[in-house]
Amino acid sequence: MFEYAPAPESVRPEIREHYGLFIDGKFADAEDGATFKSVNPSNEEVLFTVAEAGEADVETAVAAARRAHETVWGPMSGTERGKYLFRIARLLQERAREFAVAESIDNGKPIKETRDFDVPTAAQHFFYHAGWADKLEYAGLGADPRPLGVIGQVIPWNFPLLMLAWKIAPALACGNTVVLKPAETTPLTALMFAELCAEADLPPGVVNILPGAGATGAALVDSPVDKVAFTGSTAVGRAIAKAVAGSKKKLTLELGGKAANIVYDDAPIDQAVEGIVNGIFFNQGHVCCAGSRLLVQESIAEDVLERLKDRVATLRVGDPLDKNTDVGAVNSAEQLERIKSLTEAGSDEGAESWQPACELPERGFWFRPTVFTGVQQSMRIAREEIFGPVLSVLTFRTPDEAIAKANNTPYGLSAGVWTEQGSKILWTAERLRAGVVWANTFNQFDAASPFGGLKESGYGREGGRQGLEAYLDV
Amino acid sequence: MSDRLRVKKTYKLYVGGKFPRSESGRSYAVTTPDGTELANAALASRKDARDAVGAARKAQGPWAGQTAYLRGQILYRAAEMLEGRAGQFAEELEAATGEPSRDAVERAVDRLVHYAGWTDKFASVLGGANPVAGPFFNHTKPEPLGVVAVVAPQDDPLLGLIDALAPVIATGNAAVVIASESKPLPALSFAEVLATSDLPGGVVNLLSGKVAEIAPWLASHGDVNGLDLGGVEDAALAAELEASAAETLKVVRRPGRAGASLDLVRQWTEYKTVWHPAGMASAAGGGY
Repeated sequence: MFEYAPAPESVRPEIREHYGLFIDGKFADAEDGATFKSVNPSNEEVLFTVAEAGEADVETAVAAARRAHETVWGPMSGTERGKYLFRIARLLQERAREFAVAESIDNGKPIKETRDFDVPTAAQHFFYHAGWADKLEYAGLGADPRPLGVIGQVIPWNFPLLMLAWKIAPALACGNTVVLKPAETTPLTALMFAELCAEADLPPGVVNILPGAGATGAALVDSPVDKVAFTGSTAVGRAIAKAVAGSKKKLTLELGGKAANIVYDDAPIDQAVEGIVNGIFFNQGHVCCAGSRLLVQESIAEDVLERLKDRVATLRVGDPLDKNTDVGAVNSAEQLERIKSLTEAGSDEGAESWQPACELPERGFWFRPTVFTGVQQSMRIAREEIFGPVLSVLTFRTPDEAIAKANNTPYGLSAGVWTEQGSKILWTAERLRAGVVWANTFNQFDAASPFGGLKESGYGREGGRQGLEAYLDV
Repeated sequence: MSDRLRVKKTYKLYVGGKFPRSESGRSYAVTTPDGTELANAALASRKDARDAVGAARKAQGPWAGQTAYLRGQILYRAAEMLEGRAGQFAEELEAATGEPSRDAVERAVDRLVHYAGWTDKFASVLGGANPVAGPFFNHTKPEPLGVVAVVAPQDDPLLGLIDALAPVIATGNAAVVIASESKPLPALSFAEVLATSDLPGGVVNLLSGKVAEIAPWLASHGDVNGLDLGGVEDAALAAELEASAAETLKVVRRPGRAGASLDLVRQWTEYKTVWHPAGMASAAGGGY
């Protein structure tokens, strides 16, 4: 393995000591004065303090969003709305490096990923949806699609800015206004985005950002919004679905997953190994659609595992701001505990754990890339979403068995299939119960491509023409 | 006046392509609006509901796997069968609702024909290729949710039933339907139409009985993917059922207006998007 000199990112964004809530175009502290701290997961240092929105703040923000919807954003022509979104996309592109570094610092993910994926894809989402704003009647959802009104949005910490873009861009393009709660551990880029909205002269109240934890999210779900859009865990999604039951609120949910990545014996093995690595170690495995269950055909399992371990041993784990880093820090102490407890359960239940011999930094939240072999379908590491850099390897003999095992989960978000045979790809993709299927690739995302799950992975789509339905009354 | 004794029909459930009585052995009296007794209908139980879900699950995969053309022909065949028995259904409907009903039967036939024509079109109307920013062919198409439980409308026992049911099965789902509670007979006779239309057994399962008794078992059932509350008139019960369905994150249609037919097609389908590298090697290491 080559030795690499450290290549730290040189840009440093301005991170304020304190951030307020962004309501009606202005930053303000919480009415009850509550605050919390955001911590750098790679060294456990406090980055800044931020106001924590309570019920009163949620009420104020929803009222501001309502006013903005009724007086400005709703009546505005689609062409004008679209121009605001194009402007936001351009500003994000201009300030891309600043956002990328800030995201890496607040989240712990490698700068390579924020720079090449999170931020550019977020900008693409605004650019893509900007163009829909004056073409909604052509979206195939009826002749006169109308906005829903005020949207309450709650997003996770794994792709903070990108999830914000997935939520806000289509909502605004469709003529709605939003109140968005970023995740408790990663509010930074959402607050920087609030500043960017002001810079874009977006009318006050169209976008409101309310940092906070679970209680803030619950208050937002219970507030008089017209629709709730949530990305996060299945447990919370279930609670939200119960909370809106019997109301008029619409709901879309993008929840957990336990994706199967199927490698047939006629797959291009080296490419498949790259895809397996990308599938589970991208973003420390903090990915709802991660390929966390490798299903490899028995006849090639030994070969694939050998090459996989060789490849995983070359992954560089460490400083998120080093441009060579492949695997960064786990986002929080809490998540690290969850990963540890599930991997312990894996060993206790008899699976065999393998980790490369890499050094980990002394401070911060870290977990080595881990591959479990000898995994049975009944084990917790095969059933539960770990949301960390942990791969469970199972084998199969026939395509039918691969499908049965792949679909043997309450989740249905994503899946992968590797084979050189085109007809086998189509046969397999047809039978996989998943909202997104990657054939001979994995973890690809695009603003033009609908993303979302089946079964307990939720309902509704984000991105593409089909994603507009979530924000329109048709 | 003939003194011949008329042969009356025993109205039974329709589960897995067969016409069983309720396993509970119970039945209830069905009357006209003015209280004249018409017949007894099976009073379905929790066990019947579960059997119906089991039959639906078994039938759903093969049904979705049929060609869209064949599904369309089977729905059209059902329309033919209904048309042929229009007189009987008009009588049954009139007895159930107290209103002249020939027109309602004709509209029901036409509605079936309408959905027969959707089976091989909705995927191209709703899906398509997506122009992603990379060397990939990316394609989205709608797929059936799986098993959908339907509480059919209470006051419109035939047309309402077909309005709710046709989009469910046209898209490749299997259905478990609770017929109108007080007017179940037209629905139970409609099962005979389905049984003679080459519709595979289990694709549609029809239960008669009390909504408040059966629907909670369907709402909480782990093997039901969608829940249509269109026929639930008690708002508190509808809210309870929706909350119960949330436990397994079912797709729920709340009581109230039914949209255009394409809206209902969208309601009971979910999009699958497949990515294929379009080149010999991609950034992610794929390629074929």
